Amino acid sequence: MNLHEYQTKSLLEREGIPVPQGAVAMTPDGARQIAIDFGSMVAVKAQVLTGGRGKAGGIRLAGNPDEAEDAAAHILGMDIKGHKVQRVLVEQASHIKAELYLAALIDRTSQQIMVMASSEGGMEIEEVAARSPDKIRRIYADPFMGIRSYQCTRLAREIELPVALWPAFHRLVSKLHAALIKHDADLLEINPLIINHSDQLVALDGKMTLDDNALYRQPEFGSELGSEDQHPTEVEALNAGLNFVYLGGNVACLANGAGLAMATMDAVKYYGGDPANFLDLGGGSSVEQVTQAVRIMVRDPDVRALLVNVAGGITRCDEVAEGMAAAMDEIETRIPFVVRLVGTNEAEAHRILEPYDVEFASRFSEAAMRVVELAREGAA
Amino acid sequence: MSILIDADTRILVQGFTGRQGSFHAERMLEYGSRIIGGVTPGKGGQEVLGLPVWNSVAEAVAEQAVDASIIFVPARFAGDAIMEAADAGIGLICCITEHIPVHDMIKVRAYVSMKGSRLLGANCPGVISPGKSKMGIMPNQLFSPGTTGIVSRSGTLTYEVADALSQLGVGQSSVVGIGGDPIQGTNFIDVLKMFAGDPDTERVVMIGEIGGTAEQTAAEYLKAHHPNLPVFGFIAGVSAPPGKRMGHAGAIVSGGGGTSAAEKINMFRSMGLPVADHAEQLAEIVKASLEDRD
Repeated sequence: MNLHEYQTKSLLEREGIPVPQGAVAMTPDGARQIAIDFGSMVAVKAQVLTGGRGKAGGIRLAGNPDEAEDAAAHILGMDIKGHKVQRVLVEQASHIKAELYLAALIDRTSQQIMVMASSEGGMEIEEVAARSPDKIRRIYADPFMGIRSYQCTRLAREIELPVALWPAFHRLVSKLHAALIKHDADLLEINPLIINHSDQLVALDGKMTLDDNALYRQPEFGSELGSEDQHPTEVEALNAGLNFVYLGGNVACLANGAGLAMATMDAVKYYGGDPANFLDLGGGSSVEQVTQAVRIMVRDPDVRALLVNVAGGITRCDEVAEGMAAAMDEIETRIPFVVRLVGTNEAEAHRILEPYDVEFASRFSEAAMRVVELAREGAA
Repeated sequence: MSILIDADTRILVQGFTGRQGSFHAERMLEYGSRIIGGVTPGKGGQEVLGLPVWNSVAEAVAEQAVDASIIFVPARFAGDAIMEAADAGIGLICCITEHIPVHDMIKVRAYVSMKGSRLLGANCPGVISPGKSKMGIMPNQLFSPGTTGIVSRSGTLTYEVADALSQLGVGQSSVVGIGGDPIQGTNFIDVLKMFAGDPDTERVVMIGEIGGTAEQTAAEYLKAHHPNLPVFGFIAGVSAPPGKRMGHAGAIVSGGGGTSAAEKINMFRSMGLPVADHAEQLAEIVKASLEDRD
């Protein structure tokens, strides 16, 4: 789960990492009030879970409360890469002497926590990686020892941080590393980390991704599953325990396991179709989950045909069949179903679906080709 | 020969009395796997499937020789179960459980390797050496004995590919699911190394997906160390949009860094490794290569 900038910053502040003073507004008048309280120049920043806000005009500086209100009126409701702006963060503008980059994250390659820093802050780190990879420096946290002081020194030296700032940088890195673990985050990024006019290190922007698997022990954010930024169907599916991604095509796909679910939509695409979604039932899904999955998919008015492609292992084909049957009993399906169920309890599954109007397929390619054909007929 | 497990491997089941544990232990027994019993804390002394239940792994190894353990314990307790097995000196630990928090797994993985054990997974389907033994959740009937090794990040997709290979008469030496989580006990290279050293594995099928760069690292490893081992690839997620997480934690196309399916496929092909356009075709290109050779 991704957190907004304002959420990340409030969390950083609590962990003792300096951030600019700021508050969230949902109306232009709210932004004006905050600007009056600060009595100084402010930055009005769109709170959306996507990059490129600045380029899209989602960040504006305001010299007085009138300007802050104007800026908020302009930004609120704006569409940034498909994300509608519902909140702005209004914060005291900072004087920037230098922009750096600092992040702690789970690194797959080393299978450890990595802390990454760069003297080139303020732009996407991928850009820095492409242009001047040497400018990105890394240290790794031993799973049992954590980050040691000498590692922070090396990192500070390598990004050419002024010596006077080394102690503050050490503290910052330790706190960032501790916060990553404490909040079960996959990523905690400060970009830019600035040196301000009084030579302090301040987190000017923050991005945080929490580990969905650990939300049960993170009560602060665990209840926010499915933020307002997600497609409503995705939120509904998430609450039903399904992995669902809306893709907008007309062939609904239901599979078990992420790899098979991806390969299923890949095959639909390969045979000229347009997948409506990615839906991974996960391992060992229940009858109710399958029913819910079918309900969600057939409700989409763009969907013309449904492909069920399940390889039973820990998932039992008969339970998938029961879930489908329950959904078909309850709703009048207006679209054709192509069903492929192989593996655990496969014969039983076929018996359950026998009375229903579904087409069975035995081969993967045959199933994909047939569903594309049916979707085409349905669209015509 | 085969890798990781064979007909003699003595297997313990952690989470033996649970719904998944008992169901899959029964399928494993049907396959001929040598399960010696299982562990469920608080249920020691009971019997499941006619086999003993112990309270802890330590109790089990005190009474019986154990080569490997398979774990069906719920996510909140699975990390602990893995460490318990490693602490008891079990050499091969296979964790089926999904959704274990990533910060737990970083410590668990480091602990297991410190103890000198091998961890497979977590969040993996396990391993099967067809005709010999199965330690996992894959459906028994899709696999057949042979000389093609399979290593995969995806569970169910592996079943598909094994099934398609079996139907074309191409049997498998061992089939290993390394799991889709960002932190994993065993990676592509570990398994490729084992296959390369296995006299009965003549070729390897490697099933990857979007996210991370493990496939590229594996391709470089193959080129440097085993240029003559025939390897056939498939990468799932060609149609996945960037920035969206497809199911499990691993599968996401993030900006740059070669994490998309197209980038992985291009790299494989540039190294001369054949890659299938769609899942079913993978078995066909393996089969075709055998016919070319004849």
